[in-house]
Amino acid sequence: MSAPLLEAEGLVRRYAMRRGLFGRGVEIAAVDGVSLRIEAGRTLGLVGESGCGKSTTGRLVLGLERPDAGSVRFEGRPMPPPGTAEWRRLRARMQMVFQDPLGALDRRLPIGEQIREPLDIHGLLDPAARQARVFDLLHAVGLREDHAARYPHELSGGQRQRAVLARALATGPSLLVADEPISALDVSIQAQVMNLLADIQARFGIAMLFISHDLRAVRQLSHRIAVMYLGRIVEEGEPDAVLHDPAHPYARALVSAIPHPGRAVRRILLPGDPPNPADRPPGCAFHPRCPAAVARCRAESPALKPRADGRLVACHVAQGEAEAPIRQAA
Amino acid sequence: MVRFLLSRLLRAAVTIVLVVTFAFVVLRLSGDPAQIIMGADAPPEAVDAFRTAWGLDQPVWVQYFHYFGAIASGDLGRSMRDGREAIVLVAERIPATLALTVPALLIKLLLGIPAGIYAALHRNSAVDRALMVAAVAGFTVPSFVLGLLLVLVFAVQLGWLPSGGQESWRHAILPVATLGIGGAAVLARFTRSAMLEVLGQPYIRTASAKGLTWRAVVWSHALPNAAIPTVTIVGFMVGSLIAGAVVVESVFSWPGVGRLMVVAVANRDLAVVQCILLLVAATMVVANLTVDVLYGVLDPRLRTGIRRAGAG
Amino acid sequence: MPEAPLPRPALAAAAPPRRERALPPPLVLAGAVWLVLMLLVALLADAISPYAHTALDLRNRLSPPVFLGGSWLHPLGTDELGRDVLARLIYSIRTSLLIAFGATVIGAVLGTVLGFLAAHFRGAVEHAVLALVDFSASIPMLVFALAVLAFFGNSMVLFVCLLGLHAWERYARIARGLAIAASAQGYAFAVRQLGAGPWRVYLRHVLPNIASTLIVSMTLAFPEIILLESGLSFLGLGVQPPETSLGSMVGYGREYLTRAPWILLSPAVVIVLTTLSVSLLGDWLRDRLDPTLR
Repeated sequence: MSAPLLEAEGLVRRYAMRRGLFGRGVEIAAVDGVSLRIEAGRTLGLVGESGCGKSTTGRLVLGLERPDAGSVRFEGRPMPPPGTAEWRRLRARMQMVFQDPLGALDRRLPIGEQIREPLDIHGLLDPAARQARVFDLLHAVGLREDHAARYPHELSGGQRQRAVLARALATGPSLLVADEPISALDVSIQAQVMNLLADIQARFGIAMLFISHDLRAVRQLSHRIAVMYLGRIVEEGEPDAVLHDPAHPYARALVSAIPHPGRAVRRILLPGDPPNPADRPPGCAFHPRCPAAVARCRAESPALKPRADGRLVACHVAQGEAEAPIRQAA
Repeated sequence: MVRFLLSRLLRAAVTIVLVVTFAFVVLRLSGDPAQIIMGADAPPEAVDAFRTAWGLDQPVWVQYFHYFGAIASGDLGRSMRDGREAIVLVAERIPATLALTVPALLIKLLLGIPAGIYAALHRNSAVDRALMVAAVAGFTVPSFVLGLLLVLVFAVQLGWLPSGGQESWRHAILPVATLGIGGAAVLARFTRSAMLEVLGQPYIRTASAKGLTWRAVVWSHALPNAAIPTVTIVGFMVGSLIAGAVVVESVFSWPGVGRLMVVAVANRDLAVVQCILLLVAATMVVANLTVDVLYGVLDPRLRTGIRRAGAG
Repeated sequence: MPEAPLPRPALAAAAPPRRERALPPPLVLAGAVWLVLMLLVALLADAISPYAHTALDLRNRLSPPVFLGGSWLHPLGTDELGRDVLARLIYSIRTSLLIAFGATVIGAVLGTVLGFLAAHFRGAVEHAVLALVDFSASIPMLVFALAVLAFFGNSMVLFVCLLGLHAWERYARIARGLAIAASAQGYAFAVRQLGAGPWRVYLRHVLPNIASTLIVSMTLAFPEIILLESGLSFLGLGVQPPETSLGSMVGYGREYLTRAPWILLSPAVVIVLTTLSVSLLGDWLRDRLDPTLR
């Protein structure tokens, strides 16, 4: 197997948080030992509830934040510390698409200027060619040349996200991290932007880390899917395999939540509170809500390892290491 | 709460250290401190003695610690005018200044706060508009102009009151009025906007929707909450009890700390200037610390957060 | 259908609720006119002044202004040395406005730079800046300025720089708060991850975005600096002769309060009208541009 474009190993990111009026600061692990690899030109979908650490993972992978433990290697070389000249140079090779395009754009500059900015920053092309490049990019993302003179507030939400995408593509990066790129958009616009992302990936051969809470959106774009729960990846595999036969009980619950017209699958409702990274249960973090949990799950945290069918799963039961409990029908 | 108090105390201490450091650095930069503090015509042996006493022949960082020690023991040098200890000279003037600033503070509180509350409760009424125009005027008329205007009317034209000096309580009327009127205007304006902000909050609507009388809503909900921001500016006014009368004391030839400061600056009597600087800063830091603690008592939310951090 | 109530939002948008001041715009307009007049006077001082501000007319000492029965030779009267009050007033306006303008710009630049530094480096730098903010809050500006003038003596450059320290902490707080907010997830974060260096992030992106807030703060600080300057000059510790400013005119005129009140009345009126105008304009701008600022 060729060396991956990006390889992250055991990433941990902790944040200090204060609880209550007089409580002392506690550390919560937003990301707690995530490893992933992205091959050139391929898309990895990262899916999970809000607060599971998927956005933090995205920032760590891009080197925007330093991990407290673990490492990121891009094109075989370790990620330089943020703010260094080497780190800044690397920005031309890896880019980000944001959830809130209006917030990510400078509302005091016309779109064209902002799309050209990465070229100015990295000194790519000569000034005359930069303008031509801006128009090419506008076309590539489905905007018109006259949009270049518009300000962000003069565009629709979908157009803004196209502009952000054009800016991200300006330097011809080999990796794109898209953090919930469609969740702030109208439903009618979401499909367009999804198609655009798929189109761009196919056309430019960019590797992508696609972060979303929406399993269907992830499946549509991804070559592989990783499911995150409370800072860890609990299952990773081919999209169709994960969607048709999820192995981890949490993934099963996520899949069952997707409405399927014409297919009557009973939705698995998870009991208990939504996960709170400040209050991580011992053992498998999912066990208080898990319908399949056994005694071992409370005591021992399962490792993410390959099953016989090649799927990566972090679950004692799914790995066949523990007896599934015999459950009474409800 | 202990943690909160400790962090505030630490901040106050850091500020005092900064002020002393500032005085130290400025004194060093302005020339030979011994000569400056002792005065140009001081006998050389006195200057030498001062040098040894203050350790000026030692490295700068040693001097720096000595300087702290000297200040802690109240040794702030002598006035170059009459050779008396600066700290005594300044202390003598404090009662005269307080005789102006304390009554003025009372006027500010008793006029400004009720006026601000009234204006907020009767928003856009004729009284509100008149009060706010008066407040803007009181805020933009410098105290020396107001003071001279009062002198022109009440001392020169009408001859009712003396124009300067400190012989009787009647001499204090014009300076106290000058200080009080301007401050009351500022306070009224501030109280009004604090009140209006509180009155616009949802909990006020909730309280009146619960069936409480408007009077009860104002007394038990609006006023305590509007008091929180108002405490800051009142604390600032208390903190400037010593320094707040510099200009007015000069206008009315009132022999207080402010007048002493102006004369000392004009004569470059640095020991006195430095003493007043430290005194003023200490007063202000204590007032700020008190405000911080009061904040903690009045508004428990602020105990944990960084109060000034995002509040630009 | 014609009976249906009209939708209200359009009306509400046409007349936004005045938040703070009940003073009507005509006053603001009058203030703006006055300020333009003052600016013209300051710019054209040499052309419109009837005399040099130091020229003596010893035969006409303490001559009253026209409206008190004086002659048109000296429309606003003369002072104890027979210097023309109008001429002195014109040059004083120029000096005071120049000083206040320079000091305002110095304070804004200094405060904004320190605020950006605090936001960019966080940690120790941020604590140092916040300690300086506490420091400047612990000494009233007037006393601070007096102390520095005592230690270093008076010079015009030092004086302007000193006044420039007024209100720097406000800009620092604004710049720091808004820059941190923009870096956390907003446009500044986006530009940073494009590979932009700090200069580009702060000068090209953050600064233009917070400029309106800073400008409002400047219009609020400007009258305060005029008051500070005139107060210090009144005490004889600010602008030194032969230069003259509005405050020093009042200070010198004070000795002739009973015999020649016109010497100090005209500069006093100009001070009040100018600070009033800038304050009105600043408050109005604040309500229009930035209601979050107090």
